[in-house]
Amino acid sequence: MRIKCPLCGERDRREFYYKGAAIDLARPAPDAGDVAWDDYIHNRENPAGRTKDLWQHEMGCSAWLVVERNTVTHEIYGVELAENVKRGMK
Amino acid sequence: MAELIAKTPCDGLLPITSETVSLTELTPSAITSFMPYKGREKAASTALKKACGMALPGPNEASGTEGARAIWSGRGQCFILDTGVPADLATEGAITDQSDAWAVMQLAGAGAQDVLARLVPVDLRLAAFKPGQTVRTEMQHMMASITRSGDTSFDIMVMRSFAKTAVHDLHEAMKSVAARG
Repeated sequence: MRIKCPLCGERDRREFYYKGAAIDLARPAPDAGDVAWDDYIHNRENPAGRTKDLWQHEMGCSAWLVVERNTVTHEIYGVELAENVKRGMK
Repeated sequence: MAELIAKTPCDGLLPITSETVSLTELTPSAITSFMPYKGREKAASTALKKACGMALPGPNEASGTEGARAIWSGRGQCFILDTGVPADLATEGAITDQSDAWAVMQLAGAGAQDVLARLVPVDLRLAAFKPGQTVRTEMQHMMASITRSGDTSFDIMVMRSFAKTAVHDLHEAMKSVAARG
């Protein structure tokens, strides 16, 4: 598996650290309520298909990335700097 | 008063040679990390050029010449080698002295790229990686900065505490490449 880092270019998977679902970027407001916080902390989708994950280019440029990939075919649809994704959410 | 003797990171380890490839220690007079503040990249580059003679390197690039170099070292960060960084650059970015934190080595000679091919998961052949280009990558599980300093030479930086392991792994790869002829 190879991931195309927006800064470094295409790199081997071993340079990256896997964090988990990109839902981490959508932190609820402090007063969003128990249901929203329960969802944010505990509940994760487990899709057979498209998913968005957070990866860190740990051995490379250290940037956090959002990788959209397919868990069935291993196809990678796109990689973005988490910084830019977060900025787009505001 | 105790008399303290400064030792270089690769003291007693280098130089080593194997057939056509040699590994020697480089001792830059200073290593400084420079991280431009958000939105100040352009001003930081201008200020760096004025102060040290080279622009801020973009991703995978090194700028400057022997004597004063800037090596891109990660997102929003570069290392400035061999020259002091004036304190007034601190208005454009964060400056940290890292002079004693890194072991710097030069791997040189015909076959140097074959040695690195055994340790690094990036294509470092001349066609894909030209003089003046740099990568932040892993070298046998160690975080490393590798810059091509010439057609057959690479400057390698690893954290100082990894000096012995890095020399060992490079030496093993050098012997292995030499054995294949």
